[in-house]
Amino acid sequence: MSASFTKSTARNIFYGGAVFFFLLFVALTLDTVQALPKRDNRANLTEQVARGKKLWEVNNCIGCHTLLGEGAYFAPELGNVYQRRGPEFIKAWIKAQPTGAPGRRQMPNFHLNDAELDDLVAFLKYSSEINTNNWPPNIEG
Amino acid sequence: MTSSAMATARAASVSAAANDPLTNVQLKYRSQAVAKPYFVAAIGLFVGQILFGLIMGLQYVIGDFLFPEIPFNVARMVHTNLLIVWLLFGFMGAGYFLIPEESERELHSPKLAIITFWVFLVAGALTIVGYLAVPYATLAKITGNDLLPTMGREFLEQPTITKIGIVLVALSFLFNLSMTVLKGRKTSISMVMMLGLWGLAIFFLFSFYNPDNLVLDKYFWWWVVHLWVEGVWELIMGAMLAFVLVKVTGIDREIIEKWLYVIIAMTLISGIIGTGHHYFWIGAPAYWQVWGSVFSALEPIPFFMMTLFAFNVVNKRRREHPNKAAVLWALGTGVMAFLGAGVWGFLHTLAPVNYLTHGTQITASHGHMAFYGAYAMVVMTMISYTMPLMRGREANSNAAQVVEMWSFWLMTVAMVFITLFLTAAGILQVWMQRMGDTPLSFMATQDKIAFFYWLRELSGVVFFIGLLLYIVSFFIRGNERASA
Ligand code: HEM
Ligand code: HEM
Ligand SMILES: [Fe+2]
Repeated sequence: MSASFTKSTARNIFYGGAVFFFLLFVALTLDTVQALPKRDNRANLTEQVARGKKLWEVNNCIGCHTLLGEGAYFAPELGNVYQRRGPEFIKAWIKAQPTGAPGRRQMPNFHLNDAELDDLVAFLKYSSEINTNNWPPNIEG
Repeated sequence: MTSSAMATARAASVSAAANDPLTNVQLKYRSQAVAKPYFVAAIGLFVGQILFGLIMGLQYVIGDFLFPEIPFNVARMVHTNLLIVWLLFGFMGAGYFLIPEESERELHSPKLAIITFWVFLVAGALTIVGYLAVPYATLAKITGNDLLPTMGREFLEQPTITKIGIVLVALSFLFNLSMTVLKGRKTSISMVMMLGLWGLAIFFLFSFYNPDNLVLDKYFWWWVVHLWVEGVWELIMGAMLAFVLVKVTGIDREIIEKWLYVIIAMTLISGIIGTGHHYFWIGAPAYWQVWGSVFSALEPIPFFMMTLFAFNVVNKRRREHPNKAAVLWALGTGVMAFLGAGVWGFLHTLAPVNYLTHGTQITASHGHMAFYGAYAMVVMTMISYTMPLMRGREANSNAAQVVEMWSFWLMTVAMVFITLFLTAAGILQVWMQRMGDTPLSFMATQDKIAFFYWLRELSGVVFFIGLLLYIVSFFIRGNERASA
């Protein structure tokens, strides 16, 4: 690099750039937080949904599945499973695990009771109604 | 020094046994030696990480392998958490070695560093045992997740008490290093290292924020994950690379530090707003498709500059360092970080492309090469440079270095193939499952691309052999001294 461009110039660009872009990021975040109520389906974020989210977390569903495209890639996307399969199928499926089919990828049984299954389905329904800018591209996720 | 002068100097040092780099080198500061257990632990956990990677790789094609003993989600937590923890051990070891040397004084408290080491190792081991020994829901219950629910999110699966432990360990580490810096010489390299490490700890605090609102949860989850790997960790990486390059090339520190500032300036200028490439489809406003695409498209620049930087200073080196392996790791880090993060990151970072590739094997391919090329490799660069010094020699014997370089090539080439096979799987997955009028289901698609998962697993075995060879290299003595 040329000698007229000194280390202290480089340092100033670093500190100035870091501060400027971090503040810009905070500003965009504030704007996002204000825009979210119209997009994040919070009107339907009930107690039941919150319980469902806890169940989703303490059983580590994200360790195999994606949710809105984030997570693991071992098992299907569940952000739109409510539309793809419907509530009854989802509950029956979870209860019937593991399939035990030889060589097939296996999902554990989490020993959920009926109330818990309803909570989980409520969470998946709520998730499926978030405005994701039309993602995923089709129903298969 | 001219080359003839160097040859004379070398001849002199060969004749004087006391100067033999193979035996009689001492650390500049004795307390730097606390880095050693950190590096040993890092390598040990790395082996565990790869074993669980291989288990998962098999589960991808033999779905019921080790089920129900080790379900896939358990293996995945172990794989990714061991990765993060061994990298943290590596960064900490690097900090304990680098900061005293840059500050030109002993570490504030070597004893605290050793206590911290054991606390971190035991907490980490207990957490992994917890993952493997009991169902995750049970682990959540016995660790009191209800009091402050933070578990069950990708990479942040650790029980809340483990997270608190990580914060305490980080604080102890940062206190120790900060005191050392404050009382000693302040260099640009040590400032950048400290900024990166403090940033690491501060952004980790967002892992304690877990609202019921899924969009907010995801939005701030990325403040840990993205602002780590495409933000503050790059500062740590840059500082580590710069430190090693100053040592092995003898190039004027002013020049190296100027490079360092330009690189990390570009990192934060592109990478902070670049977080937006994760905000396309999780409920955040659509304008992120523009902000995220534009800024993250600039993120390869700092990685490219790291490659230029490494090759540039090595080409213009003013000395021939006997540790050839360390130079190879440093150059390799530049190249592989650029490929994995820069090229494979760019591949899927523009919103219209990401619409199709989001959450597929394309993501996994990039995640692997980027983590290996940037962070695994920079830690191994640091280990390669410092371990011989901590063992009383400037460099390992030729024989040991040859084995180490073999391990470099085996792991690195295997990782290139893992990435290529996952990319192939990913393209086919997108094509079959997300494009066209009659898309296949997820599971049907997986069956059709199993061939590439087999090839990935095969490459994984080669990677593992490379890793074993890496460990072997530490035990090879060889009498022939490494020639400069
Ligand atoms: C060498 C053998 C390896 C194998 C067979 C392997 C296999 C796997 C598998 C199957 C997954 C889960 C993918 C999914 O969610 O469906 C995974 C995730 C991951 N592995 Fe590995 N892995 C290996 C080595 C490594 C190495 C060396 C690194 C980094 C240095 C690494 C970093 C990661 C990361 C970061 C993830 C999460 C990826 C994401 O979320 O996109 N792995 N690995
Ligand atoms: C060393 C630096 C980097 C590392 C370690 C890294 C690692 C990762 C990992 C592990 C993921 C998967 C996260 C998940 O599980 O959801 C990911 C996602 C992603 N990365 Fe990186 N990355 C790095 C740099 C970059 C850069 C420079 C770019 C862009 C140029 C980039 C673009 C992306 C994108 C677009 C995604 C989202 C993929 C999706 O939609 O599924 N990354 N990265
Ligand atoms: Fe990112």
